[in-house]
Amino acid sequence: MPSGRYIDPMSIWSYANPVKFLTLSARVQPVLWAAALLSIGIGLAWGFFGTPDDARQGSTVKIIYLHVPAALMAINAWFMMLVASLIWLIRRHHVSALAAKAAAPVGVVMTLIALVTGAIWGQPMWGTWWAWDPRLTSFLILFLFYLGYIALWEAVEDPDTAADLTSVLCLVGSVFAVLSRYAVQFWNQGLHQGTSVPVATGGRTVADVFFYPLVLCMVGFALLFVALVFTRTSTEIRLRRAAALRARAVREV
Amino acid sequence: MKALLLRDLRLALRAGGGFGLALAFFLIVIVLVPFAIGPDPELLRAVAPGVLWLGALLACLLSLDRLLALDFEDGTLELLATAPLPLEGALTIKALAHWLTTGLPLVIVSSVLGVMLGLPSAGYLWVVVSLGLGTPALSVIGTFGAALTVGVKRGGLLMSLLVLPLYVPTLIFGAEAARRGALGLDATTPLLMLAGITCGVVACMPFASAAVLRMGLR
Amino acid sequence: MPELGKYAYEVMSAYAASLVLLSVLVLWTLGSSKRARETLAQAEKEAGRDG
Repeated sequence: MPSGRYIDPMSIWSYANPVKFLTLSARVQPVLWAAALLSIGIGLAWGFFGTPDDARQGSTVKIIYLHVPAALMAINAWFMMLVASLIWLIRRHHVSALAAKAAAPVGVVMTLIALVTGAIWGQPMWGTWWAWDPRLTSFLILFLFYLGYIALWEAVEDPDTAADLTSVLCLVGSVFAVLSRYAVQFWNQGLHQGTSVPVATGGRTVADVFFYPLVLCMVGFALLFVALVFTRTSTEIRLRRAAALRARAVREV
Repeated sequence: MKALLLRDLRLALRAGGGFGLALAFFLIVIVLVPFAIGPDPELLRAVAPGVLWLGALLACLLSLDRLLALDFEDGTLELLATAPLPLEGALTIKALAHWLTTGLPLVIVSSVLGVMLGLPSAGYLWVVVSLGLGTPALSVIGTFGAALTVGVKRGGLLMSLLVLPLYVPTLIFGAEAARRGALGLDATTPLLMLAGITCGVVACMPFASAAVLRMGLR
Repeated sequence: MPELGKYAYEVMSAYAASLVLLSVLVLWTLGSSKRARETLAQAEKEAGRDG
């Protein structure tokens, strides 16, 4: 990572923060990746090989180790983008805007995993791949918000304007996502069971045998998300820097 | 502000201004529905409130890209952004003009088109009231979408992708109110929720629209 | 291999689909990271030569 220490006082990259971020990111990435892969690997293997079938749901209960962590991270990824967007709008911190950009595709994939595993799970349990259930519908809407957010990043050419516009879209989108959540709940009562790990009440609706590997998987997915965001943000920073260097070279010629 | 409103209305009403296109689109959508799902009167009656809402929403969406794009091309937006009139106010006026030239005619026409879909007579009032309450929200949210994509070349499709998810709560409560009304059920709750969304959106969205428009014009 | 009973197909396809999606995401991320490093190294070399 010697390139990370290159500071040219004349370039637009005279901000210390991206450089610091790259150094930090290079240091923590190996640890994060290893921890993420280890905990997901152990958690999934434990869940897949080491837990009994559920009395009612049979072996399909094993899908929970993918479905719940993915759904959790799908929402948390949007929340992280919201915080990063706010930081960008208030502090004009470039790394923050790029981190929000970097998190969006991860959120899309998490939402997709939650939807796909949910459909596969719903087929034998409810007799249908898809139901217009509030939770399912909310996730579909969240998916659309992610797509719009990414499309707006792609469409706007000037990077700072793109960061501004997508940040406001993220803020407005969050309000409307919450509104949609309640609108959808009003519109249709659901098949989906309540939350598996209600944090607010401290209780849980999952038996211990399933719960421990599930927690390990949730930790693993969270670590994987953080590792992915670190790597992707570094990628974005490097690309921006390369573009800035090129632009400067063109100006000087 | 009044001058701006009158100017926008005049531009919209002038030939080629796009007035009437949204209405024609609405009409065509409603005509196509029986072709798509069959002429069974029972079926049409059941889907009529939802189809009217969906048609009005799409017609509204269709006319949005003219809302700011024309003013952006000829530089009017730059002037508005630097004018003493706050941009928030200017955008509210533009949304109002959009509603007067698109939303309001759609509301009036919807009651006529309801006949073609065999809407039960109890439903007319509810369809018109729910559309009347909901379409201002569509115009205001649409202004935000138009402001987001104003600098983007060929931003029409992108704007649809951005605006449609934002329309979800309005559509749900609006169509639910119309559906319940048509079935003779109590439609007060969704109607109140719809009115709440419209009020909230009209109060808050112009600030977001003006903010993104300033960012886009910079 | 645990006995998955009559839902073997569902469970296996859920795991397969998720792992495929995750590995596509991870490989894409690592690939673009590698490309960005190369692009930046190239750009710095050019900048160093010209400047």
